Amino acid sequence: MSPDYTARTTMPEDHRAPTPAGFTPVLEAVNLRKYFSVRQLRPGAPRQVVHAVEDMSLALYPGRALALVGESGSGKTTVARMLARLYDLTAGSIRFRGQPVKGSSRSSLLAYRRHVQLIFQDPFSSLNPVHGVRYHLSRPLRIHGHAHSRAQETEQVLALLNRVNLSPADQFIGKFPHQLSGGQRQRVAIARALAVQPEILLADEPVSMLDVSIRLDVLNLLLRLKDQERLAVLFITHDIASARYFAEETLVMYAGQTVEGGPSDEVIQRPKHPYTQLLISAAPNPNRPIDAPFQARGEIPSLIKPPTGCRFHPRCPHAMPVCRERFPGRTELGGGHWTHCFLYGEGTSAGAATATASPATTNGSTAEP
Amino acid sequence: MSNGAFPGAGRPLLEIKHVSVDYRAENGTVHALTDVSLTLERGQILGLAGESGSGKSTLGYAITRLLKPPAEIVDGEVLYHSRASRQAGAAPNGAVPPSSQPVDILTLAPGQLRALRWKELAIVFQSAMNALNPVLDIGAQITDVVRAHQPNLNRRARTARAIELLRQVGIAPDRLHSYPHELSGGMRQRAIIAIALALGPEVIIMDEPTTALDVVVQREILMELIGLRRDLAFSVIFITHDLSLLLELADKVAIMYAGRVVELATREELKEHPRHPYSYGMLNSFPTIYGERRHMTGIPGSPPDLRNIPSGCSFHPRCPLAFAACQTVLPLLRQATGPADGQQVACHLYDPRYATSALPTADDFAARYEAAYALGPGEGSAR
Repeated sequence: MSPDYTARTTMPEDHRAPTPAGFTPVLEAVNLRKYFSVRQLRPGAPRQVVHAVEDMSLALYPGRALALVGESGSGKTTVARMLARLYDLTAGSIRFRGQPVKGSSRSSLLAYRRHVQLIFQDPFSSLNPVHGVRYHLSRPLRIHGHAHSRAQETEQVLALLNRVNLSPADQFIGKFPHQLSGGQRQRVAIARALAVQPEILLADEPVSMLDVSIRLDVLNLLLRLKDQERLAVLFITHDIASARYFAEETLVMYAGQTVEGGPSDEVIQRPKHPYTQLLISAAPNPNRPIDAPFQARGEIPSLIKPPTGCRFHPRCPHAMPVCRERFPGRTELGGGHWTHCFLYGEGTSAGAATATASPATTNGSTAEP
Repeated sequence: MSNGAFPGAGRPLLEIKHVSVDYRAENGTVHALTDVSLTLERGQILGLAGESGSGKSTLGYAITRLLKPPAEIVDGEVLYHSRASRQAGAAPNGAVPPSSQPVDILTLAPGQLRALRWKELAIVFQSAMNALNPVLDIGAQITDVVRAHQPNLNRRARTARAIELLRQVGIAPDRLHSYPHELSGGMRQRAIIAIALALGPEVIIMDEPTTALDVVVQREILMELIGLRRDLAFSVIFITHDLSLLLELADKVAIMYAGRVVELATREELKEHPRHPYSYGMLNSFPTIYGERRHMTGIPGSPPDLRNIPSGCSFHPRCPLAFAACQTVLPLLRQATGPADGQQVACHLYDPRYATSALPTADDFAARYEAAYALGPGEGSAR
């Protein structure tokens, strides 16, 4: 069962990008699950696994961005790596243009990566220091058969450099990574991803390693690519404010579980899940008195023995006995906004969203100007 | 935040005067810090904000004299006004002179410096994992500080002090014998703060103390810090690249660029009306959670090479409001709008000798940044 994104039709017009016609996702992930086994030093010791991602579903649309927000250890990078097929799936399926993605042969992976490209967080380690810009950008062109001669290659590399605003391009083509600043390196990494002419970009914290004044420049570049070239973008970030800036839609993950999702403004201005509320109340906000009450209760749990049911329950101020027993289903809250939380109902189907007591008013995180 | 609750609030505690630091390198001298003057008042949280390479950490290290070659403090003095109560019961070796005269940290002899460090001036480093010794438990690392500086305390008293410190920073006392690898990032940072607090310092310098932490943990630690400062009455120099954090936390903020302070203002002033174009650009580099979502530009270009700092105002190649004088004349910190203004800015736009038009408003900044952005190598996506 694919995730229900038909609720988009009732979503207020997003002023940033036209809604894709027909709402056909270009890439869909359904109930992705990833367990990593832990190496045991003692022979015969019980097998242990890290429950990194549980039942993660998402859909990416051309010309739109989906932000995946969570703290370290929430599983957001694991999701990106599964979607890039760097990790095998423990369970679940990925569909590209409605067709299930199968096979792990070299040729099928190559065919898949022709459409889906990953941008890594750290441009200081994602570029090979012994190779120049030309090498980094021409290899994908050659491998995916976009360039057949040296002249074509040069022409396309220059075009790529211009697309990511590295001008004058003919100067950058001969440079090595150590001659570039962090922002310039990340632009080369983005150009390398664009070289295969993908439909989907998976951007794993693309600006967190960059200097603050440079970050927006790179974010705006990705925004332009998304809008003008209609790329589908998965934007992974720990910064909920940049999720709001960048993406039409936001998904919030906690300890491997998806807890809330919907239009970014909706999720961030009116967070429903207690974890989303905690995350937002923790973000720097100059309009709030610094000594505003803040209570986080505990830390992110171990994923080798994760808490049962909803993994947030040991820290949740509203936890009920049922939260310990099972993970709640998805509750539609209207306008495309949904959450997995028993406070808003069992979450079986759409329309069950009759929130009784809104916890939003109790911790003061949503009443901000 | 009001400083009124602090004894002697408002009086200078640390006066940084015309400090310059160079790093000598084979391919040229890096001018990491040039002519920086700042005053930390008693009970204040002074924020230092800037990008990497702006000199903010170098300043923190210069104050504590932790810089090692090739770094060299080429000029300036750092005057420390010691606490009156401390002077009454002066250290037995007479390290801090028991007079009302401030001491210049940069000229102290090694013995005097040792006595001053940690007792008066503690530092919290960015990377909690690297700052703790991995083969000693945290209890040993806390008692080590106490033993070095208060040799008259016996083992039991030292352990009691360590437990008290852990409790103060919100770590359960049964963690006394935990090793750093057994603690989460937030706990390690708390342990570091406990070590900094061990001798009840007057000043704590915090160099990006929460940058490596998740937002929720960051906020917990900052809350902890604010509570501790209220109880223990120390002053803080808080170094970070995250200006939005300082707008919440700091009493006074110094914005640094290319080794100089370009603006000095209270957080309210900075929030209401950043004066320097760089400050405006920095404030506009952080998307917000609340309020209208608007297109933001960041700052075009990248920070300068410190071996070869641009002439005049070092920000002029990136500044959308730069004019002829900016390329040749170095702007110095001055009152932004008049002698009564507490907000200081190093920018010719506020200097009647050079400024040709009225004071720039936030709208002017926004329009000029947008225009620079549409023209320049930055992004042209209009939304």
